[in-house]
Amino acid sequence: MSKILHKKQLSKDVFLMRLYAPLIAEERSAGQFIILQLDDDYGERIPLTIADADMKEGSITIIFQVVGKSTQVLSKLKEGENIPTLVGPLGRPTHIENFGTVVCVGGGIGVAPLHPIAQALKNAGNKVITIIGARTKDLIILEEEMREIADEFIICTDDGSYGRKALVTEPLKEICEREIKPDMAIAIGPPIMMKFCSLTTKPYDVHTLVSLNTIMVDGTGMCGGCRVNIGNEVKFVCVDGPEFDGHLVDFDNMMSRLNSYKDIEKSHMCNLDKQFDAKILEVS
Amino acid sequence: MGHLSAEELQNKAKLILEDILAKEEPLKVKDRMKIPSQIMPQQDEFARRHNLDEVTLGLTLEQARLEAMRCLQCVKKTCVNDCPVFIEIPGFIKYIADGDMQGAVDEIKKVSLLPSICGRVCPQESQCQLNCTVGKALKDVDKGVAIGRLERFVADWERATGNIRIPEVKPETGKKVAVVGSGPAGLVVAADVRREGHHVTIFEAFHKLGGVMRYGIPEFRLPNDIIDQEINTLSKMGVEFKTNFVVGRTRKLMDLINKDGYDAVFVGTGAGLPMFMGIEGENLVGVFSANEYLTRANLMRAFDRENSDTPIYKSKNVAVLGGGNVAMDSARMAVRLGAEKVYIVYRRTEKEMPARIEEVAHAKEEGIDFLFLQNAKKIIGDENGRVKAIECLRYELGEPDSSGRRRPVVIPDSEFTLTVDTVIVAIGNGSNPLISQTTPELNVNKWGNLIVDEKQKTSVDKIFAGGDIVLGAATVILAMGEGRKAAAAINEMLVKSDTAVKN
Repeated sequence: MSKILHKKQLSKDVFLMRLYAPLIAEERSAGQFIILQLDDDYGERIPLTIADADMKEGSITIIFQVVGKSTQVLSKLKEGENIPTLVGPLGRPTHIENFGTVVCVGGGIGVAPLHPIAQALKNAGNKVITIIGARTKDLIILEEEMREIADEFIICTDDGSYGRKALVTEPLKEICEREIKPDMAIAIGPPIMMKFCSLTTKPYDVHTLVSLNTIMVDGTGMCGGCRVNIGNEVKFVCVDGPEFDGHLVDFDNMMSRLNSYKDIEKSHMCNLDKQFDAKILEVS
Repeated sequence: MGHLSAEELQNKAKLILEDILAKEEPLKVKDRMKIPSQIMPQQDEFARRHNLDEVTLGLTLEQARLEAMRCLQCVKKTCVNDCPVFIEIPGFIKYIADGDMQGAVDEIKKVSLLPSICGRVCPQESQCQLNCTVGKALKDVDKGVAIGRLERFVADWERATGNIRIPEVKPETGKKVAVVGSGPAGLVVAADVRREGHHVTIFEAFHKLGGVMRYGIPEFRLPNDIIDQEINTLSKMGVEFKTNFVVGRTRKLMDLINKDGYDAVFVGTGAGLPMFMGIEGENLVGVFSANEYLTRANLMRAFDRENSDTPIYKSKNVAVLGGGNVAMDSARMAVRLGAEKVYIVYRRTEKEMPARIEEVAHAKEEGIDFLFLQNAKKIIGDENGRVKAIECLRYELGEPDSSGRRRPVVIPDSEFTLTVDTVIVAIGNGSNPLISQTTPELNVNKWGNLIVDEKQKTSVDKIFAGGDIVLGAATVILAMGEGRKAAAAINEMLVKSDTAVKN
């Protein structure tokens, strides 16, 4: 059981929560994730990256976007309420060392897991070039935090409502074309973004890490639901990842697997909307 | 398997029992051999395709006494020797025959705390019952004394009384033992170590206890309330449980000893990484490991589509690849989840299938179609990356291989297509990589299983291991047997360290 210490809405569908989890706060490293569950009997297991931790407070920070029933219910919980199941930290930590110059690309909610990694890379002495992007201005999160770390900072939106009107791959390509090309890139965001970032850096031979958020059940290497094709091998995101060489990931297969339950989830969401509508009616 | 109703079976048993009890003289061997082997009452084979209720209903009291009277009370107890935990089998059976059920319970519980589980899921036909004299005489292992059913009967009898005796715990020693994993091996270690007065903490990665008995074995074979009951007993003995705790990640294994002051650790983390066939199309949408399919349905309650938030695939035609108990469980679960056609695809014949005969029989009764001497060659997807068929090959049996079973040999150009939308791969598990990944001090073999000595001790002092993490995929009772050995070694070590300190 884990208490919600603090909750903040970052944008229309994006929320930040600090959860009391002293053991996880102590053990976690950049790149790792937790799994939470809102009901011990009937809840589903949701993997979420750890955005930050405060050992003094014994807390971890999660940032999540409302995408389905469970995240919607999670977003309605209040400070002081408890999350019944929280387990972690899971996955392998990011390998951090001084690589030289690293481009950190974050898309939408992906900026949340990127932040601790960018911070750790900076602390290790890397020059950090940051690109963050979103569909529109309202969906940009952690701008100030990311700006603070970056040696060079680029922000872009698909619709041009803020920063440069571009997809993140455009500035990424320009950076790869520079006289001194970056030593590494790390891209975290929607699968389609990570796919195209990897395709962008490939011709320049810039090693590119991506962090995959696949369907998972146990998260400890038992169910195999999170398997992905990496080069010619099958890997499990929960114990072999979540970070992989973007140039080897079979993104198309991963994306189709992410849609395994789309029809079922849709009907769940509809039911939930009905419930909420009914509640609103009751109240009014 | 029986098609008589529970009531009919009971009436028959009652008449025979009355007859026997009316006689003055004690039963002779000849009389005992004449008592018919008692048929297990079970749920209607059509009704049960739509529910998760237990399939076998358990012997009635009269049936149990009759079955117990079939035991010849041999002097040479092959059954005890063939039991991984050495239960005094003729002893507890005699109590049942005499109608002293409490006596039977007490006899079993001297060595096994988990009879309601073992009585259900142990493969008795290849252990205690294998060399039963009665079965030998009748030339049919299934006609031997039904030891498992009797064990289950007394455990259920005790549960029904609502008065389960809590085993005695010796005075606190002040020693602390950590048990990693709450599956069958871990529970046995916890019980045996706690009885000696040591403090025991069980760490479980999931939110519910029981390990494979909870997430893997379906409720129609092992109901959850039985697992809860066994865990409740441990809890009353003073065992402490920590769920949502992944040793290796939430806390390093070595930290349990070096920082948290545990005097010994038992690692029973079970099987991990499901194996796949390595064929084309295995990552298509609609292909699941048996682990994932069963975990969703069992642990995450996806069977209850109305209430559970965990989705499970809606299938029409399912192919299960493999021939073990897990394959049977997956196929039978798929039937219960509404699949119209379920195939078990196995490349050898029924004779070589590792699944229990009883499970195979139940699967057949539930309408599952067995495709023997066939195997998937590739899985074919549609334009959306979803399974639409499998391409199979036909086999014939050749010379015996290293396992003694005749090797299946592919018949050239025998390809054919089977239309399915779901494929469940049930061909076994590798070892769980988490502990070895995060505890490099531990020696593992080339398959990633922990290496232990004859006392279940690993390469690191104070750390013991047992169950599937050592054995690879095995059975509940073998895990329990390893747990028993490990617990004895831990208890011995803790006493020794005590004497060493005093000296």
